[in-house]
Amino acid sequence: MSLRIVVCVKYVPDATGDRHFADDLTVDRDDVDGLLSELDEYAVEQALQIAEEADDAEITVLTVGPEDAKDALRKALSMGADKAVHVEDDDLHGTDVMGTSLVLAKAIEKTGYDLVLCGMASTDGVMGVLPAILAERLGVPQVTLLSEVSVEDGTVTGRRDGDTASERLEASLPAVVSVTDQSGEARYPSFKGIMAAKKKPVESLDLEDLELDADEVGLAGAWTKVDSATERPARTAGTVVKDEGEGGKQLAEFLAGQKFI
Amino acid sequence: MAEVLVYVDHVDGAVRKPTLELLTLARRVGEPVAVALGSGAESTAAALAEHGAVKVLTADAPEFADYLVVPKVDALQAAYEAVSPAAVLVPSSAEGKEIAARLAVRIGSGVITDAVDLEAGDEGPVATQSVFAASYSTKSRVSKGTPVITVKPNSAAVEAAPAAGTVEALSVSFSAQATGTKVVSRTPRESTGRPELTEAAIVVSGGRGVNGAENFAIIEALADSLGAAVGASRAAVDAGWYPHASQVGQTGKSVSPQLYIASGISGAIQHRAGMQTSKTIVAINKDAEAPIFDLVDYGVVGDLFEVVPQLTEEVKSRKG
Repeated sequence: MSLRIVVCVKYVPDATGDRHFADDLTVDRDDVDGLLSELDEYAVEQALQIAEEADDAEITVLTVGPEDAKDALRKALSMGADKAVHVEDDDLHGTDVMGTSLVLAKAIEKTGYDLVLCGMASTDGVMGVLPAILAERLGVPQVTLLSEVSVEDGTVTGRRDGDTASERLEASLPAVVSVTDQSGEARYPSFKGIMAAKKKPVESLDLEDLELDADEVGLAGAWTKVDSATERPARTAGTVVKDEGEGGKQLAEFLAGQKFI
Repeated sequence: MAEVLVYVDHVDGAVRKPTLELLTLARRVGEPVAVALGSGAESTAAALAEHGAVKVLTADAPEFADYLVVPKVDALQAAYEAVSPAAVLVPSSAEGKEIAARLAVRIGSGVITDAVDLEAGDEGPVATQSVFAASYSTKSRVSKGTPVITVKPNSAAVEAAPAAGTVEALSVSFSAQATGTKVVSRTPRESTGRPELTEAAIVVSGGRGVNGAENFAIIEALADSLGAAVGASRAAVDAGWYPHASQVGQTGKSVSPQLYIASGISGAIQHRAGMQTSKTIVAINKDAEAPIFDLVDYGVVGDLFEVVPQLTEEVKSRKG
């Protein structure tokens, strides 16, 4: 029986661009170039490696986002995923993590899955909690923040490096797994992969397909509210000196003046 | 005054500093009721009472150590149902955020993570967050259900505020999901003898310019002269010079110390995301054009192999 892997990915504004908020205090996705969240590439990579080890596996890459989010799906398909599901609906604008996880859980159940793979966090929201919420919603084991993962005979095992200890984890499939940026460099799409991706199926779903109401998602249905967003004032220009042999001493003088020594 | 649940992060009964900071913030929005789980839970009571906990709910069972996250969610939910608090506050560790988020789903609440400040508001607690690599500051609140908010280390001062701290046993029945993910083995991280990176008042970090694992000794020497924690940029970690646990930046630790010293770090956005909220920033870099110098209060353009040892010697002699 085929191992069904669903990789959740996010289309995010480029972190090296000038990211800002729109008038409604949602993340402005129009004025900044978007791309597949770098941290999700690690999840796609681990999905590909797990699929290569399995006798028979199928990788579906899933995203919730506007039209442009297809770019993120194409990137994952060009790396080697088999097919894609794109949940797109105007009513989704402004959805927070509770709503997004609801939509993803419905789409994952509709697609069918043995293993859900996620990155450790998005590079825009950076909450890092979506995989745990998905596990809660799907009612399956949470095996998150793995630096090392393998799947064998219906069991997922991995290493989770925490603040105070490193843990070996084990759970039965189906399960939700997230991987860190320590799990292994993601491959670059090959030319052949890029060409092949153009022919791979991308299924489009809207809220009605997932039997969700508009008031369960979107900005109005969000479970949290941003009241204000203020650009951090640029740090006031400090003193920069060129080391002429006394740089360390000058620095010590500054630190002493600030009472650090 | 309404009660506020505070989830306690502790190691065998020793309460970690971010939880004490959380009690300071909790007192702004209500009366703190602490929830301590696992081995040593009852030994946390004295420290928690000293910092304002009116009650300490404790539970211990093998499940807390043997299975990932969910048993703790079950217990925090039991505390939530017993207390009916005005808010639930959790330290922003990786595990803390996961516990908070799953609890929020269960109790039908919104969740805010990584707050750096918290104040009482007309419509519930208002959380300040630092977003987009700390280039923006937002104020948010939970608009559905009981606010569940996680707070980053170093977001408030630890304050003594003696309260009763009455210990009560919390009765927990574990859910079917509790034993889903087994912790097969646990290897404690070796102690470096230095302060915890996210909790330290001073952090000394090294980057690409350190140019080799063996050269990190000079970064460590400076850190030790100042009683500081040691950090590393992603470039230094990816090169294998320093462990990932010490990585500062978007995919590593986010730090907000009183003083941050960046040595041989150019200051890419990925790194800035993890240290930009530090109170005082100092940098040493060969390249006068490095973006890190846009952030500094004091910078030295020069060879870190000259400047850092000289600084270390000067610190030592001034400290006598």
